[in-house]
Amino acid sequence: MNITRRHLLLLLPAASVAWKYVLAGTPEAAPNYKLSEHWWGMLIDLPKCIGCGNCVRACQAENDVPDGYFRTWVERYHVSDYDIENPQVDSPEGGKKGFPPAKDGKGKNFFVPKMCNHCAESPCTQVCPVGATFVSQDGVVLVDPKYCLGCRYCVQACPYGCRFINPRTNTAEKCTLCYHRITKGLTTACCENCPTGARQLADLRNPADPIHEFLKTHSVHVLKPSMATRAKVYYNELDGSVR
Amino acid sequence: MPGVDGFMYPNEIELQWSVLIVLYPFLTGLVAGAFILASLERVFQVEAVKPTYRLALLTALSFLLVAPLPLQLHLGHPERSYEMYLTPHRTSAMAMFGFVYLWYLMAVLVLEIWLDYRRQIVLLSQSSTGWKRATYSVMTLGSTNISERALAIDEKAGWLITVIGIPSAFLLHGYVGFIFGSIKANPWWSTPLMPVVFIFSAMVSGIALVVLLYMLISWARRQVIDMRCVDTVARYLFYIFMIDFSLEMLDLIHRIYEADESFRSLDFMVHSKLYLSHIVVQIALGTIAPIALLGLTQVAKLSDIARKRIYATTGCLTLMGIFAMRWNVVIGGQLFSKSFLGYTTYKMGLVAREGLLMAILLTILPFAILWVLVKVLPPWPEASSGSIPDAEPAR
Repeated sequence: MNITRRHLLLLLPAASVAWKYVLAGTPEAAPNYKLSEHWWGMLIDLPKCIGCGNCVRACQAENDVPDGYFRTWVERYHVSDYDIENPQVDSPEGGKKGFPPAKDGKGKNFFVPKMCNHCAESPCTQVCPVGATFVSQDGVVLVDPKYCLGCRYCVQACPYGCRFINPRTNTAEKCTLCYHRITKGLTTACCENCPTGARQLADLRNPADPIHEFLKTHSVHVLKPSMATRAKVYYNELDGSVR
Repeated sequence: MPGVDGFMYPNEIELQWSVLIVLYPFLTGLVAGAFILASLERVFQVEAVKPTYRLALLTALSFLLVAPLPLQLHLGHPERSYEMYLTPHRTSAMAMFGFVYLWYLMAVLVLEIWLDYRRQIVLLSQSSTGWKRATYSVMTLGSTNISERALAIDEKAGWLITVIGIPSAFLLHGYVGFIFGSIKANPWWSTPLMPVVFIFSAMVSGIALVVLLYMLISWARRQVIDMRCVDTVARYLFYIFMIDFSLEMLDLIHRIYEADESFRSLDFMVHSKLYLSHIVVQIALGTIAPIALLGLTQVAKLSDIARKRIYATTGCLTLMGIFAMRWNVVIGGQLFSKSFLGYTTYKMGLVAREGLLMAILLTILPFAILWVLVKVLPPWPEASSGSIPDAEPAR
């Protein structure tokens, strides 16, 4: 985006107003970020994913994710020609360090990055006994670590295995869609570090977002549609064998 | 990865709910079952089971007092558990725990026990001395009127509370079943039959425990066992066991016949990691064997001694089977991946906050509480020693 002097003059007053909220750690409260104007999701263009693990490493560095736990991970699927119901899947260290060479054999191999699906009707928020986890007004499923009891009911309720208990805080943790970044106008750490653009942050409430055109023109699916969670992580060319 | 077969989502490898969460439905089941047995005498006028009435109530209270401890020990932040009372999340089944628990404890069980024992408490507060007198005086709550009219009111109020208590007991344990049954992400748990199966298995386990305790206490006190009582309780146990077994078989047959996408994964698990606890302990030893033994007492004329031995064996097998059922639900439901492509292993610590020793301690604790309660509020008739004329001593 080219910023002209005219743009700069328009942006500076808004930025100065927002600055105190950014410093206070509540950028979403800044008057130039309106919760009701956004509805966040993500597009994952599977044919573009090369399984490099950059997204996993970036997420762990950005969010200080403890070793052995994952806010995002990458799975590698191997589907034999005649056995589509029994895919072979691996994800060594969540794909953080990439993948060893695939075994020879007939069939197809492909990568599937996974993360919280930021479901609009999320089973995890439904079951939380104190409402410590919730869907924000801008469509992101978040956890309040100062309120979470650590009962683990939400971990059980998530159909996608996206939640874990952080051993340092003893509270539930998951992908926040880099909420601290997207509310400042940035993209997520995983999207920013994806070398092929396989991950794209999407604002479904923004009519100018390219997601709308993409959804119209591509074969896009969500994971486990039978769960009816209104997941907002959209996969382009999702293979039927993916669980 | 050690302990993992096939593919698990990376966050699934560690089990979330431990043996303490196995104990929780086991303990609440015993509470609900013991209370239902007590209600047989109070509401349904089954006079034969009267000798177990008070013991059943005290047993229910002892186990209910311990029931929240495994949950509390399991929480990552137990100091925040009071938030469930202050800001309960209305869509959460678990949020209702505190209210269901308090309702059952205070509005049903404690009140019913107090009303039933009030006359005895007042008399003891007058006849005893020292700290005993002070304790019983406090327990009267200032209500010392034991006139016939007052006792008649107690009786009516007690009956009403028991009537309210039956659906409350169903709620207490049905709700525990709902916690599991409503998790659509987990096909091992997700079935509308879960609360119903939990209620009937609760009745089975609670009744079995009270029968065992009654026989054990009678033996320890060198009192005769009222065979009419234990025969009647055993008959009810047999009927309820049949319903429980039918429901579990209905669930099993439905799963096998439907054979949805999760079936192969669950079937493999039952035939491998859960074979011992599910097929051998829960179904063969914990269900079929007790039903067969109880059935034998219904069709064959057996001596008192033989029946006593059968009831004792049945009680032990039943408790073991129901514990295995809770284990298979809670632990079994976490051993497979939600991708249906792999399995993990449960590693139970020995000396840990959620380890084996803690589980054993929490299992023993209700019996210790019951021992105290029995000392303070003896469940046997006040005037008699409990002996029945023309009956043989317990053997």
